[in-house]
Amino acid sequence: MADLEEQELVHLGLEPLHEQLGGKMVPFAGYRMPVQYPDGVMKEHLHTRSAAGLFDVSHMGQVILRPKAGMDDLKLAFEALMPVDVLGLAEGRQRYGLFTNDQGGILDDLMFTNRGDHLYVVVNAACKAADIAHMTRGMPGVSVEPVTDRALLALQGPGAEAALEAVVPGVAAMRFMDHRVIGDVWVSRSGYTGEDGFEVSVPQAQAEGFARKLLAQPGVAPIGLGARDSLRLEAGLCLYGHDIDTTTSPVEANLTWAIQKARRAGGAREGGFPGASRILKELAEGPERLRVGLRPEGRAPMREGVELFAEDGTPVGKVTSGGFGPSVNAPIAMGYVARAHATLGTQLLGEVRGKRLPVTVTEMPFQPTTYKR
Amino acid sequence: MKYTKEHEWLRVEGDLVVVGITEHAATQLGDVVFVELPETETQVAEGDEVCVIESVKAASDILAPIDGEVVAVNAKLVDNPGLVNEDPTGAAWFFKLKVDDLSVLDQFMDEDEYQDLIG
Repeated sequence: MADLEEQELVHLGLEPLHEQLGGKMVPFAGYRMPVQYPDGVMKEHLHTRSAAGLFDVSHMGQVILRPKAGMDDLKLAFEALMPVDVLGLAEGRQRYGLFTNDQGGILDDLMFTNRGDHLYVVVNAACKAADIAHMTRGMPGVSVEPVTDRALLALQGPGAEAALEAVVPGVAAMRFMDHRVIGDVWVSRSGYTGEDGFEVSVPQAQAEGFARKLLAQPGVAPIGLGARDSLRLEAGLCLYGHDIDTTTSPVEANLTWAIQKARRAGGAREGGFPGASRILKELAEGPERLRVGLRPEGRAPMREGVELFAEDGTPVGKVTSGGFGPSVNAPIAMGYVARAHATLGTQLLGEVRGKRLPVTVTEMPFQPTTYKR
Repeated sequence: MKYTKEHEWLRVEGDLVVVGITEHAATQLGDVVFVELPETETQVAEGDEVCVIESVKAASDILAPIDGEVVAVNAKLVDNPGLVNEDPTGAAWFFKLKVDDLSVLDQFMDEDEYQDLIG
């Protein structure tokens, strides 16, 4: 059985490099991916925050959307799938988006970029096939083209700019959420760590050489998925399938910043996305529950699934992601709590191994972000 | 030193048995960030969950390898859980058990047998 599962895992192009670097390969969303290197999660996490970390995120889905009848037609078709302003996104800029379902739940979260005559989209690995089917079905006037011949690398941390500039001159001038096509590489100034940094799409044939050039720059170290998770948790960023899913609405998930004015009540293109009635209602009246940051008082981490209670013992919610934050040097978590208990500073109790331990509703991110705006 | 298949080491110290986790276990766990120790003067039975270790990756338990009374715990681990990764077979012992008969240790693996297990 284990052998069968092993065979079904997708092997990506950079696997030989990971193995040479001592990466511990594990199954993740159907792919064999490095969870850590010999330095381990803690050191890799801290290294990313103090220097630069190179992540292989080639398992994620890259997709090109081409219009059959003009860019405005494509943008409006894409808007019909998301509560997000696509029309207003300038060329060369990237934006966060969410596919919603008819109940207002989240099918996936994604990044999309206006590249002039087409859109470039990056979606989660586990949702890739469903997203492509969803886009193909939902946008008949659009050509949905999965990009299958490119690797995706992320270079994150204060040393990322200098390291990437040495390999791809010109990137230092980019700002947060800018996107540029430079020769064969597609560069976005964004990431999933809360740090300044880049995501770079590279043709598969050049990917290993490109990664090696980056690793040869001062301060650049390979970082696994383990540290990627603790970094994004400190940055207060959602992990699809854990912090957001088909049962959570964008408003409950505290992602209202991703719903621009144009799509809200009174906006130029109000509604017109799946689940609009629930989402617009929650925007107006507030949701029943809200995703919040949580700081356990002691040293015991509160992990996914920990039940949360009010001080009087009433159940009020659940942790959806939690662990130890190496940079904040304390346990941190996020989860959903009933709105009455979601105010910053509210004291709650989280049940860990049968004991109810104090935890405080806290602002996110836990670690200040350093985006280059 | 004796070893259990749960990757604990047992060392005799006078009439006590000192218990910790092996280097292999510490490496597999990853960076340890939290340790919960048992109360002293408690009777434990083989297989009881007596300690909790949380690493950056996950929570795991240390089971009592044998029946006995917990007579000492290593409070240093509470303040400095990382000691488990730095010196798993030395400074990072977890607890000391008082047992009736030290011959219960005969059932456990010696160094060579343990190396074969993890090899």
